[in-house]
Amino acid sequence: MAGGGDKLKLLSTWFSPFGSRVQLALHLKGLSYEYVEEDLMNKSQLLLESNPVHKKVPVLFHRGKALCESMVIVDYIEEAFPDAGQPLLPSDPYKRAIARFWVAFMETKLVEPWMRMLDGTRTRAEMTEGVKQMLAAVATLEGALGQCSKGKPFFGGDSIGYVDVALGGLLVWVRASEVLLGVKFLDAARTPLLAAWSERFASLDAAKAALPDFGRVIKHAMMRRGAAAAVLAANN
Amino acid sequence: MALRMKGVSYEYIEQDVLDKGELLLKYNPVHKKVPVLIHNGVPLCESQIIVQYIDEVWAGANGASILPADPYERATARFWAAYVDDKLFPAWLGILKATSQDERTEKVNKTLAVVAQLELALAQCSNGKAFFAGDSVGFLDLVVGCNLFWFEALRRMFGVVFVEEGKTPLLAAWAERFGESGAARDVVPDADRAVEFAKKLMARRGSAPAAN
Repeated sequence: MAGGGDKLKLLSTWFSPFGSRVQLALHLKGLSYEYVEEDLMNKSQLLLESNPVHKKVPVLFHRGKALCESMVIVDYIEEAFPDAGQPLLPSDPYKRAIARFWVAFMETKLVEPWMRMLDGTRTRAEMTEGVKQMLAAVATLEGALGQCSKGKPFFGGDSIGYVDVALGGLLVWVRASEVLLGVKFLDAARTPLLAAWSERFASLDAAKAALPDFGRVIKHAMMRRGAAAAVLAANN
Repeated sequence: MALRMKGVSYEYIEQDVLDKGELLLKYNPVHKKVPVLIHNGVPLCESQIIVQYIDEVWAGANGASILPADPYERATARFWAAYVDDKLFPAWLGILKATSQDERTEKVNKTLAVVAQLELALAQCSNGKAFFAGDSVGFLDLVVGCNLFWFEALRRMFGVVFVEEGKTPLLAAWAERFGESGAARDVVPDADRAVEFAKKLMARRGSAPAAN
């Protein structure tokens, strides 16, 4: 598999928001790593062997082992490198549970409906429903940000935390979806805290290193949509 | 089961999920679901999160550690726990919710495929020992094990078998050990109660009825 030793290697794609989460965590912790670009249209042996269950990126390699699932990887980085940078999770068990709660919420209520819409085969009604679900999720997260930050800049308080990394990794894709779907998710009027948070987050060094270029993501999404539409047209 | 492992006593309040009460809506406004653990007046929601909370608050209690100490082993347990929540639970729940025989068959097949994957997971995780976590019950054992009485309920209702010596020998042996473990014994409900509840749920939803 990957080589051994303490070196970190990340297998991902330039546009994966889940890969971005892992890159954010690594950058925030000041951990260096080798980055390997995966071609999801032509999956490598490395991917198929290291993540046989899901065959998805990101995969982090460390000490001869493969770690899969973005937030499981972030937890691993936090626990395997306790002295690197700032902890992403607070030490208080209740506050940790709250952070985990909001990340779990994000996965089922924001990410899941969004990923369903991306496969390019949805009906108009399904798309409308998906957008509705996403807007509801964002409204709830606005409330969560208010509660968690208590007036401070991030979900984690003064510094970036677990929830910030989980949501921040998705940021460029959320913005791209606004263009692709014609819906404003992070709206200064409806979700002022999140709108301000997203500007703040995007300006961080870690974000600049870990998040893909917005224009490139739009182009990529349009190409994928075009390809999906072509397949649909060909099959009808 | 987690509370039992830590030797922590608790008050249990039964919630009728088909007629949700004020307490549930107050303590879990986001999801309106059980379980909710209320500790020092403060609610914790989402079962896997609650179990991790219990593990952290009562660390070292009774000597039982629910999650392993090693970061890689923790990641492995979390990976498979996420898999169970994402793939196993919706699949078998889908059997109950199915509105046609075809849909039911599809969900049964999905569940079988997921269980087959868990048989492999058990082989890898246990490394020949008694449980997913090794010599004693741990996080992943709880996460997988809590589905077992529902598998038995589904067998009684639809005749489907998910864990059996012929097809999933490791899981079959593990299931027996799990059922008898200190964590599960007397805590896990009887399958017949699950059958009763399932029938109520299905009648409400207008799902395709069971054979029995």
